[in-house]
Amino acid sequence: MAMNIPDVMLARLDPLANWVRANSLWPMPFATACCGIELMATGASKHDIARFGAEVMRFSPRQCDLMIVAGRVVMKMLPVLQRIWMQMPEPKWCISMGACASSGGVFDTYAVVQGVDRFIPVDMYVPGCPPRPEQLLQSIIDLQAKIKATGTFQGTEFDKRVEHMGPLPTPELPADVVVAPGDYQKSRRISLN
Amino acid sequence: MPFDAIVASLKAKHPNLATTEFRDNRRLVVKPDQVFDVLQALKTEHGFDMLFELTAADYLKYPNATDRFGVVYGVANTKTGERVYVKAWLNEPELTLPSVFALWKGADWLEREVYDMYGIVFAGHPDLRRILMPEAFTSYPLRKDYPLRGRGERHNFPVITRAES
Repeated sequence: MAMNIPDVMLARLDPLANWVRANSLWPMPFATACCGIELMATGASKHDIARFGAEVMRFSPRQCDLMIVAGRVVMKMLPVLQRIWMQMPEPKWCISMGACASSGGVFDTYAVVQGVDRFIPVDMYVPGCPPRPEQLLQSIIDLQAKIKATGTFQGTEFDKRVEHMGPLPTPELPADVVVAPGDYQKSRRISLN
Repeated sequence: MPFDAIVASLKAKHPNLATTEFRDNRRLVVKPDQVFDVLQALKTEHGFDMLFELTAADYLKYPNATDRFGVVYGVANTKTGERVYVKAWLNEPELTLPSVFALWKGADWLEREVYDMYGIVFAGHPDLRRILMPEAFTSYPLRKDYPLRGRGERHNFPVITRAES
């Protein structure tokens, strides 16, 4: 293959590093529910996440730079999630996969966290219950575009996002009020009395 | 042994034993202080060697209910396949039942679960602590006066931002 490649190429380090990082994401599969099955399907031969350089699923957070939160996270699991996120080395990104990880989904109960973005930073949200593997692949493609555009060298570009950006916690309710989770538009409270 | 014969045999020792019926499900209704004796008699005298169910229900605001909590024991005779349900009613503030761990080791986690979800204390349990909810949890979530969305426990965590992670 005769190509006229020069001996020396010059480039700025940041875009070069971002280009490398974007095409070699090592996911940390935080799979807690049915989204994890779709995540496995995405990694299997039919959908083949390796086409996008993200096939190296590592179960040690020290070796990962992309956390994929796939499934609902309950209040007993959230400290574990936060600990794993803190153990991942910079630079790192997070995909919130599916309705439950993004918003709690249908599980509007006392134990289920209503979106992991309340407690850890999230870069990409994938809708669906569970999302198709194509949707997850699209989110990885979009995340690659985001990494190439914004990048990171020492995490400095994230300095601005220090405030909590998710929805605020719901206020404490009186003990005798039963809240129906169905009416999300008016968030109407139904009392048994 | 048919259910009526078992009831008659138990009534010799516990004359105030009652039974209730819903469709084809017949249960023994016992006082909290009789629970252990009745279950022990079922195990030793009638061969009900397996505790397959131990759960509770909160009857707060339930139509025509007179008691707050109903604790249900399901025991089976593995030789004949017979099953008997025993039910005990409890009211606040006396939410204590004798533990049946001495009869069936399988009662260990079942009693811990009922304690975790309803706050019913099983006296004599070797290790009565929460089994599902975190240790720091203060409420009993399956009680009917506990709000469906909780009291903010699910959002009582530190927020990790980009700058600090």
